[in-house]
Amino acid sequence: MTNSYQREQFEQLVLPHMDAAYNLARWLVRNPHDAEDLAQEAMTRAIKFFSGFRGGDPRAWLLTIVRNSCFTWLGRNRAKDLAEFNEEAHSPGISSSADQSSIQMPPPNPETMAIAEAESARVRRALEELPVIFRETIVMRELEGMSYKEIADVTSVSIGTVMSRLARGRDRLRAILVESIHTNPARQEEAIP
Amino acid sequence: MTCQESVRLLPGYFDSELDLVHTLEIEDHLRTCAACTSTLEADRALRTTIARSRLRFSAPPNVARNVRATIADSFPQEKSASKNWSWNWAFAATAAALIFCAVLTWKLLPAGTPNTSASISDEAIADHIRALMPGHLSDVESTDQHTVKPWFDGKLDFAPPVENFAAQGFPLIGGRLDYLDHHPTAALVYQRRKHFISVFLLPATSERDRAESQTTQRGYNVISWTRNAMNYWLVSDLNPVELEELAKLLRGEEPSTK
Repeated sequence: MTNSYQREQFEQLVLPHMDAAYNLARWLVRNPHDAEDLAQEAMTRAIKFFSGFRGGDPRAWLLTIVRNSCFTWLGRNRAKDLAEFNEEAHSPGISSSADQSSIQMPPPNPETMAIAEAESARVRRALEELPVIFRETIVMRELEGMSYKEIADVTSVSIGTVMSRLARGRDRLRAILVESIHTNPARQEEAIP
Repeated sequence: MTCQESVRLLPGYFDSELDLVHTLEIEDHLRTCAACTSTLEADRALRTTIARSRLRFSAPPNVARNVRATIADSFPQEKSASKNWSWNWAFAATAAALIFCAVLTWKLLPAGTPNTSASISDEAIADHIRALMPGHLSDVESTDQHTVKPWFDGKLDFAPPVENFAAQGFPLIGGRLDYLDHHPTAALVYQRRKHFISVFLLPATSERDRAESQTTQRGYNVISWTRNAMNYWLVSDLNPVELEELAKLLRGEEPSTK
């Protein structure tokens, strides 16, 4: 394979997903500066390992690389985020009780309406607060519109786990939003950094 | 379908990920279950709110620019004869440097023992001396950290922190690729009067920080430490006191004396 062919393939298949790469990095590390470095690093790796790309979904392939870079970075710099990750991933007891509460007490309509009217800065902060495994799953589903299968490939879990993470993540996100609206109803819309 | 089953499959229904049979069963259940209907409504409200909030970030222009530059570097166009020659020459030079390092490491190390701090500092000194030979000091010559840092992209599997300390009397004059402790490393070159200082950066194999150690070998002063999973090796013929000043700057500490 010639260089120019490889380059053309890369530019057609992978490069269009650079925004997705940056977006995921930005939501995983939660600050623009490190997200830039990590997105760039991941794109560089993607270029380097592109000859090993054997078809499949190029965005899922790229995001797997981004996610690996970001989790390595989180392990080094934000070990707390990952401790949270482990706690969430390995505590079915807590998760099932959380699910139970959501079964018995679906959000009443006024809260649903409050959520529908939440300002974007508030929504942004709420998503930032969400534990990392739920945050990444929601980002891939709601911001990237990825299928369960694609999310499962990127995060190396089963499709069933993707589905339950989405359910729990949405529940939590709603709870954070409602809590934030209750404690601070008249919060001014803040400029996005 | 029971309510419990429905709750489990509801996200799949909401995200249009269910097969036809389950979709019909859920729809049947929703007609009679207020709780599941309410959850579904809450999911819809959340999705609308997320969509309206424009939470997706786009890659900033400088990232896009750097990525395009890396693409151009990594998939070079089919080259002319002269370019070919220089490419081969560069390859040969790199290979020679690697062999040199390998031989050096092999000579310095008793077979089978792991690399020690002393042997790495010896290697770092050798790298520094070789770099001082004409034309080897830096691969990228720039006093601008924003030129030096991106230059390493695609050449290393980590991003070295790059800062210019010109204001503190240690101007950054460039960077180069080097090879230390069996790994490609970033070498930053700083200057203090007529002295050159090589700062080698390579990712640490262990997460644990290592306190600073200082040695003098063959007239060169070496300071090294590990912090934030990054190994630092400073090599120079500059006196230890001033070299320590740079070490403090690199660690983000205030120098005690000027």
